[in-house]
Amino acid sequence: MSDTKDRLPGEIKEPKRRSLLADFFIRLVREKPLGIVGGVIVLLLLLTAIFADLLAPYGYNEIILADRLAPPSAKHLLGADNVGRDLLSRLIYGARISMYVGLGASAINVIFATLIGLTSGYLGGKFDIIVQRFVDAMLSFPMLIIVITLMNLIGTGIVQVIIVLGIWGGILWIRVVRSAVIAIKENVYLEAARSIGCPTGSILNRHILPNIMPVMIIIFTVSMAGNILGEASLSFLGFGIPPPVPSWGGMLSSEGRTFMYEAPWLAIWPGLALSIVVYGISMWGDAVRDLLDPRLRGGVGSYRRAKMKKAG
Amino acid sequence: MIPTLLLVSVVVFLTIRLIPGDVIALMVAQHPQASIGGQQIDVEAIRQALGMDVPVPVQYVRWVGDMLRGDLGTSLWTGRSVMEDVLFKLPITFELGLMAFIIAQLVALPIGLYSAIRQDTAGDYFGRSFAIICLAVPSFWLGTMVMVLPSIWWTWAPSPVYIPFKEDPLANLGQFLIPAALLGMAMAGTTMRMLRTTMLEVLRQDYVRTAWSKGLTERVVIIRHALRNALIPVVTIISGQIGIMIGGAVIIEQIFSLPGMGRLFLDAITRRDYPFVCGINMLFATVGLIIILITDLSYAYLDPRIRYR
Repeated sequence: MSDTKDRLPGEIKEPKRRSLLADFFIRLVREKPLGIVGGVIVLLLLLTAIFADLLAPYGYNEIILADRLAPPSAKHLLGADNVGRDLLSRLIYGARISMYVGLGASAINVIFATLIGLTSGYLGGKFDIIVQRFVDAMLSFPMLIIVITLMNLIGTGIVQVIIVLGIWGGILWIRVVRSAVIAIKENVYLEAARSIGCPTGSILNRHILPNIMPVMIIIFTVSMAGNILGEASLSFLGFGIPPPVPSWGGMLSSEGRTFMYEAPWLAIWPGLALSIVVYGISMWGDAVRDLLDPRLRGGVGSYRRAKMKKAG
Repeated sequence: MIPTLLLVSVVVFLTIRLIPGDVIALMVAQHPQASIGGQQIDVEAIRQALGMDVPVPVQYVRWVGDMLRGDLGTSLWTGRSVMEDVLFKLPITFELGLMAFIIAQLVALPIGLYSAIRQDTAGDYFGRSFAIICLAVPSFWLGTMVMVLPSIWWTWAPSPVYIPFKEDPLANLGQFLIPAALLGMAMAGTTMRMLRTTMLEVLRQDYVRTAWSKGLTERVVIIRHALRNALIPVVTIISGQIGIMIGGAVIIEQIFSLPGMGRLFLDAITRRDYPFVCGINMLFATVGLIIILITDLSYAYLDPRIRYR
């Protein structure tokens, strides 16, 4: 603040205000290099998924019988599977499935958790107690077991996977939203809003929802990796997305594990793609959480900066 | 815990009955040859076998009554009691899970602790990267790689058949070692990260500074003063991971052909053996609730301020 000295007394300089988004990205670059790596991986996944039709050299179900189990070559960069489908093309289309599930299921996670958590946290009372008991009961089930049961009951398919992972994951996040709402509920401005007769709907909408926005974004990014892994696990066990749609988990179990000794590349690549994507999304999610979570702001997330300040 | 358990049972009971479409018709369509007691199976027969010929509340009370007597139901296709099959398979999954748990903690606690007390050193970065890799790499892929790569490179492969503990204890433990390590991976990653975070928080508390200034050795400060307080959130996270581990066991047992609960569950669900599936779900949920209870009780041990009277 050296330039304040040159100003006339009485003239107060407005602190320079950046938009929230710009502030977010500046902090991201400064404090979270791994978050950027993650962000780049996420971006690559999205681009691959969106432009799969342009990037893939073959169709995902284009069968070239002559190239059955062909090893990696110039014609098939990563080899071909047991019926002669190009592995690279299937991986690229697989990115699309992962993106659908990642975005779709996480969006349902957020919407579901917010709807229930918001009403339960704000209204409190008996409704809250019933909802919390219900969440307790749901939390005692092992996730994968109950998801497999549900998938088996409603049938396999991408829409079903998204709905089941979305709603079940949403239940697990209800508590997070609820505690955020309860923390905001006691603020004076909410009391003011209530005392001037604001209807409950608009209090929730105008005053609480914007304040839990960071929590919602965190839920979205953090749950995405889990949802993608969840879909892969389901498809791996045969309860997810049925063939011939190329899901990475399904590719690994059906072609990959059947021919893992003759054609190991069929098992290696889908898993590697999955690992890289989950790594990237986790890194990105961590960075977003550290930057948005007010509890971590200036806390654990910034120790290094605090130490540098002390040293410097 | 009891009201929650009741709620769980209602959920398990209703899942199958609330599903759109007639599950029974589906079962008949899928198993035209199946029979119950030598009798050709039809919709009415299944309805009776499932006890669905009486009103829903009566069915529920009957089902819960059976469970209270230790009867989890009877398999629709094999006619065997669910409890019998479960008791036979449970030790295998329990052994796998226990080994995974022990391996995970043996790996995670020292690395997480080291990461925290030597923050921002090369060791810390190594530990953190390791934790993230544990979380990102799916166990079913690594499991497949463990089977494929050694067989290609050194023509070594894990045993394809299950060796019971009673026959050959050492071979049995050896067989479980790799699957258990893979199963424990995700839990190890989560524990490491959580322990590091909470330790960093605790190490900046005033009482830790006091302990340092009293001239206590590092070992005493870290273990007696800091670690115990840092463990409470870690224990919460670990207990939350057990449910995920049960799910992971399903996958790992499938990959390594271990005949445990996971296989039993998958078999039952592919057969659409719903009484069986209900029984197993109920059992797992009960285990989940017991784990939550144990976790709550362990807080009292870790934090003397929380005591149950």
